[in-house]
Amino acid sequence: MNIYAVQTIYKTEMKRFFRTITQSLISPVLSTSLYFIVFGAAIGSRIDEVEGVSYGAFIVPGLIMLSVMTQATSNASFGIYFPKFIGTIYELLSAPVNFLEIVLGYVGAAATKAMFIGVIILITAFFFVDLHIAHPVAMVAFLVLTCLSFSLLGFIIGIWAGNFEQLQLIPLLVITPLVFLGGSFYSISMLPGIWQTIAMFNPVVYLISGFRWAFFGTADVSIGISLAAIALFTGGCMAVIWWIFRTGWRIRQ
Amino acid sequence: MTSIISIKNLRKAYPGGFEALKGVNLEIEQGEILALLGPNGAGKTTLISTVCGITVPTGGSITVGGFDTITQYRATRDLIGLVPQEINLEPFETVFNSVSFSRGLFGKPRNDAYINRILDQLSLGDKKNSKIMALSGGMKRRVLIAKALAHEPRVLFLDEPTAGVDVELRKDMWEIVAGLKADGVTIILTTHYIEEAEAIADRVGVINGGEILLVQDKSELMAQMGQKQLQIAISDPVAEIPAALSAYALERSDDGLRLTYTYETTGERTGITTLLNDLAAAGLVMTDLQTKQSSLEDIFVGLVKEKS
Repeated sequence: MNIYAVQTIYKTEMKRFFRTITQSLISPVLSTSLYFIVFGAAIGSRIDEVEGVSYGAFIVPGLIMLSVMTQATSNASFGIYFPKFIGTIYELLSAPVNFLEIVLGYVGAAATKAMFIGVIILITAFFFVDLHIAHPVAMVAFLVLTCLSFSLLGFIIGIWAGNFEQLQLIPLLVITPLVFLGGSFYSISMLPGIWQTIAMFNPVVYLISGFRWAFFGTADVSIGISLAAIALFTGGCMAVIWWIFRTGWRIRQ
Repeated sequence: MTSIISIKNLRKAYPGGFEALKGVNLEIEQGEILALLGPNGAGKTTLISTVCGITVPTGGSITVGGFDTITQYRATRDLIGLVPQEINLEPFETVFNSVSFSRGLFGKPRNDAYINRILDQLSLGDKKNSKIMALSGGMKRRVLIAKALAHEPRVLFLDEPTAGVDVELRKDMWEIVAGLKADGVTIILTTHYIEEAEAIADRVGVINGGEILLVQDKSELMAQMGQKQLQIAISDPVAEIPAALSAYALERSDDGLRLTYTYETTGERTGITTLLNDLAAAGLVMTDLQTKQSSLEDIFVGLVKEKS
């Protein structure tokens, strides 16, 4: 194990994050505050409670997930796409590192950044609503797993992308809609019959549901299924990355 | 001399079917400077990329320091530093951090003193906290060299280190390379400047169309392949070359005051003695004689033409 390489990649990626710390943090804090004002205060005042939780509090897990998933994906995809774009990838390919070390460095850093943002949003939320976290350990575990799995997905996108447009494409066209339709702002049980069934094909439903369970002890689907879904997703991403490095797809000729 | 790099029957075909390397065999000796000379598209960069692990070969084998580049890639890459042809650097990073990153990536513990020493050697000491985007092109090339040296490699690949570099900087590069050789680093550089190979290489390899045409000691190569020219200055201009001298294929200068005779230094007889006798017999009075060695360039052009 080339532990120095993992450390070096991780630290360099984190430095990039801290170099632009204000931009990195202001935008999620601002957008979360806006969501709370619009959905929590303006619209939420007309909705009493969802599953026994005030609407303002109900949307907190979904909001965190929304930011964490998009941030993890874009951070990780940019992290590996950037060296490809500016050509410094040659160094990575000629260094005595294997794919696990590269992934640990880049994905580890992207997941950490997303974690930061998730925690900041959670702290912001405390300023707007009364929150009691029912299962703090499970909450942290879900947060970590989500950061990790979506960073893995981002890493794949970064390797696949041939230009900046493609880099934005998947987060914009796939992840954002799935998160919005995954019950960030409502309970799946509020949907009309057929849509409840369709929603079950959305993997994000299981993540948000599990995360919400950690907060309030209630969920759309059972916690076991949520865990299985996230494990499956993480495993799938890892398998794809393993295949990428074995074949050199889009990185090594 | 022992080989540090041994390349056997190396082949590389790209998915489109283009064969960039067609069975390359090459032994690189420890501590030497080998110049790989070839026109654009000859396979120089592909050859280097394959040794460094950036490109996967489709056939043959490479060992570096006795280790196989595929199965023992950690050991081989540890020994190799690569200076790429393009200036690929992260613009927002400082010089010191960029070089330090390379060291870490190659699995070496942080060593600021060593990095500072390399930067000083490359005259980058006072730029170490500058952002890379603020540097001149020549400085960026030095940063690339510093990055390649950051993990203390024993072999350094320089892919066209002086392409697009001004004359002064080129001379600087040659000095840097000579300094590295003195430290015991084996250096392989690709170039299409013959002048460069001539100035710094111990051996010259000529590559074209994915094949190594020859590898030879530079001086040997020039001695063997070289032609020499004898320039004869005469006191009175001649309008045309006297018929008695037609066998020598002399060239007459425009003013008629200079005759040039080309001969092979490898030939058993150069023909100089008889030429001089015949010149005197033809009534020409010689005022000066001068010989000129043909350059590597002439040799190279001859080789590439001959094979293609």
